[in-house]
Amino acid sequence: MPYPVYMEQSIRNVEDTRKRRLKEELPRIPVGERMPVLQEFHPDFIETSMRELLVGPNKGDRTPNELADLLEGNSHIDPGKIDLTRIDYDVDVLIVGAGGAGAAAALIAQENGANVLLVTKLRLGDANTVGYQGGTQAADRLDDSPALHYLDTMGGARFTADPKLVEALVKDAPDVIRWLEALGVNWDKKPDGSMAEVALAGEAIPRCHCARDYTGLEVMRVLRDEVRCRNINYVEFAPAIELIMDDKGQVAGAVLVNLETNELSLVRAKAVVMATGGIGRLHIQGFPTTNHYGATADGLVLAYRVGCPLVDTDTMQYHPTCAAYPLAILGLLVTEKVRGLGAQVLDIDGEQFAHPLEPRDVLASCIIRECKEHGKGITTPTGELGVWLDSPRIDMIHGEGTVAQNLPAMVRQFGRFDIDITKEPMLVYPGLHYQNGGIKFSPDGATAVPGLFAAGEVEGGVHGKNRLGGNSSLDLFVFGRRVGKSAAQHAKEVRLGKLTLDHVRQWQRELKKAGLTQVRPISPKLLPDYARQPHDYLADYVTERLHAGQIKVA
Amino acid sequence: MAEPQDSTQVKTEKEAKMLDIYVMGKHYQVPEGLTIMTALEYCGYRLIRGCGCRAAFCGACGTVYNFKNDPVLRYALACQKLIEQDMYLTQIPFFPAAKPGYGLEKMEPTGEQILKIYPEIITCFGCNNCTKSCPQELEVMEFMSAAIRGDLEQVTAKSFDCLMCGLCAARCPQGLVPYNVALLCRRLHGRYLTPHSRHVDERIAEIEAGKFDVEIEELQKMSLEELKRRFDERPILKE
Repeated sequence: MPYPVYMEQSIRNVEDTRKRRLKEELPRIPVGERMPVLQEFHPDFIETSMRELLVGPNKGDRTPNELADLLEGNSHIDPGKIDLTRIDYDVDVLIVGAGGAGAAAALIAQENGANVLLVTKLRLGDANTVGYQGGTQAADRLDDSPALHYLDTMGGARFTADPKLVEALVKDAPDVIRWLEALGVNWDKKPDGSMAEVALAGEAIPRCHCARDYTGLEVMRVLRDEVRCRNINYVEFAPAIELIMDDKGQVAGAVLVNLETNELSLVRAKAVVMATGGIGRLHIQGFPTTNHYGATADGLVLAYRVGCPLVDTDTMQYHPTCAAYPLAILGLLVTEKVRGLGAQVLDIDGEQFAHPLEPRDVLASCIIRECKEHGKGITTPTGELGVWLDSPRIDMIHGEGTVAQNLPAMVRQFGRFDIDITKEPMLVYPGLHYQNGGIKFSPDGATAVPGLFAAGEVEGGVHGKNRLGGNSSLDLFVFGRRVGKSAAQHAKEVRLGKLTLDHVRQWQRELKKAGLTQVRPISPKLLPDYARQPHDYLADYVTERLHAGQIKVA
Repeated sequence: MAEPQDSTQVKTEKEAKMLDIYVMGKHYQVPEGLTIMTALEYCGYRLIRGCGCRAAFCGACGTVYNFKNDPVLRYALACQKLIEQDMYLTQIPFFPAAKPGYGLEKMEPTGEQILKIYPEIITCFGCNNCTKSCPQELEVMEFMSAAIRGDLEQVTAKSFDCLMCGLCAARCPQGLVPYNVALLCRRLHGRYLTPHSRHVDERIAEIEAGKFDVEIEELQKMSLEELKRRFDERPILKE
């Protein structure tokens, strides 16, 4: 599926301007001048896309409609029908979610003496972690410093990030790189042993550590293997559908469901780590997403229902460059590393309209403006809009073979559809990528509710209202490791009381009080609804039975 | 904006050319342009297993297929392969594979070590089914030969883009698990055989000694206006 004939003229424009553009660099937009383009074109600023929450700890705060529906949803379970004396797993630390943060937390919690249970909705390691391409930031070059990393991160976040969390992030970063290497991660290096680091958007200096453009795959397969080697107990296809508390107001376990048989099982745990990841599969505002099949905000829902406040959930990250063509890979992440290596972003005439390394919120807004206001985008046969990302410029700067060596995933994924990105540009448009905010937590991973900890994409505050590239994977390992330690320590000290699901009953009373009288959506959502046939009678029957006894708020 | 991975939003039957496919032997018609994965969803399957990142990184959806009048098996990732007329499809939700435990810190990066953990790899007789089945088009048999020789550098280079989808193990007549063998080789290579990064050690020592604490504290204490000014004025290194 090579580019359609009608795009040839525009591709020629890109080729014609390439030599001139080799030396052309547009200025970056100063901090004080970013807001107009953001307010007019960033999806977060579309008023009707969000609404105020009517219940829970963030009552009155605005959040995307798709998330609000689930946060205000009802439970999968009827608390009256669950016998909390029949415990299936009794552990020190329960970790919900087995991506980068969950796996890191499991390894460290076990090292700190905890009996760990790791549960996950899909397979061990099926998470957004596996798809991160660009890399992991750490200020370890001699001419870099954690203070500069701090400044970049705060500026990228429009100065809305939590200073203490950012401090933890940047100070732990180099040790994260070394820890992963000791576990067997192969970082890209120069022959003298120095890390081959790439500058991503909003960074003052090359700071991003990569493993080709399969960085997340490399890290996740190593962590997954280590979890297995250390005999950490894990259960796959078993998402948590509700937290269990005790009569002292502490989180004390979770109810799991076997996704294939619908059988419930109960976990009692002295500490619970929420590491369920992101939200992309809710398709906020109908955007295509780079996210994993299971990214449905489950952890936010579960934490919210036990009274845990969320922060910055009024912002989503739209990655500026996701595939706009061909249709089969619409929304596929095109790593920032492509721009970090030198690809510029171009309009239909082959001209630049923004600095390619603007922070993601700014560049995404500039691309939307270029297409929707200036009319300089390229329209695909199915009506999608896009701009060019000039990947062939990379080999012109760094020498032939650079793209093939550094971006094999991109070469392969476009190559499958007969587009050679070493010679032809890529057509891209912003896509839903990351949940900037999440569960409010502190640098040791603790949340407002005793016994509940959080790490990874599900938590918020580290990135404020806009995250820099390479900082999310860093977040996974920094806070995954910290939370592993804190949760293990908490498990040693805590005394659990009598288990209860009263918070679910309380939640249902609050829904009623708020006037949410119709039958609520059931949440967490667990998986997106992509199967086409709504007239699947057998599935309806099974679903009804699963939800049988569910209290409908009258 | 359409979400292509959501089969409900593709062109309707009236607009699109419909193709005949067979899911586990059963006939369906689906519009052209779907992948194997979205075609299954179009047919009404709610995927639980065999579906992960939907972007060719996680290896959850390795699959085999052939055609109504052509029995030769082909291999693909269901999230990437476009539907063709008369395809016979299935899902491979799980395939058992050997995965011994080991502790990297007690090991040496040698061929003897690999053979100790995976002694069966010497039974490879070179049928090359593993290579033929790789949806990433890796030279699987070559990196298995390198593993037998103890050339971890070669195994790492040649297996680096492995998604661990498991198709090679599913097709190996000897029951070998190339993706796990390669993983062990790469881990030993990453830990022991890459040149040492002294600058990382030095930075960690500096951080532990508190070298950057004052500067970070200063940034945390300054006014927002001052912080913004510092940000805008920071030098941006160009390489």
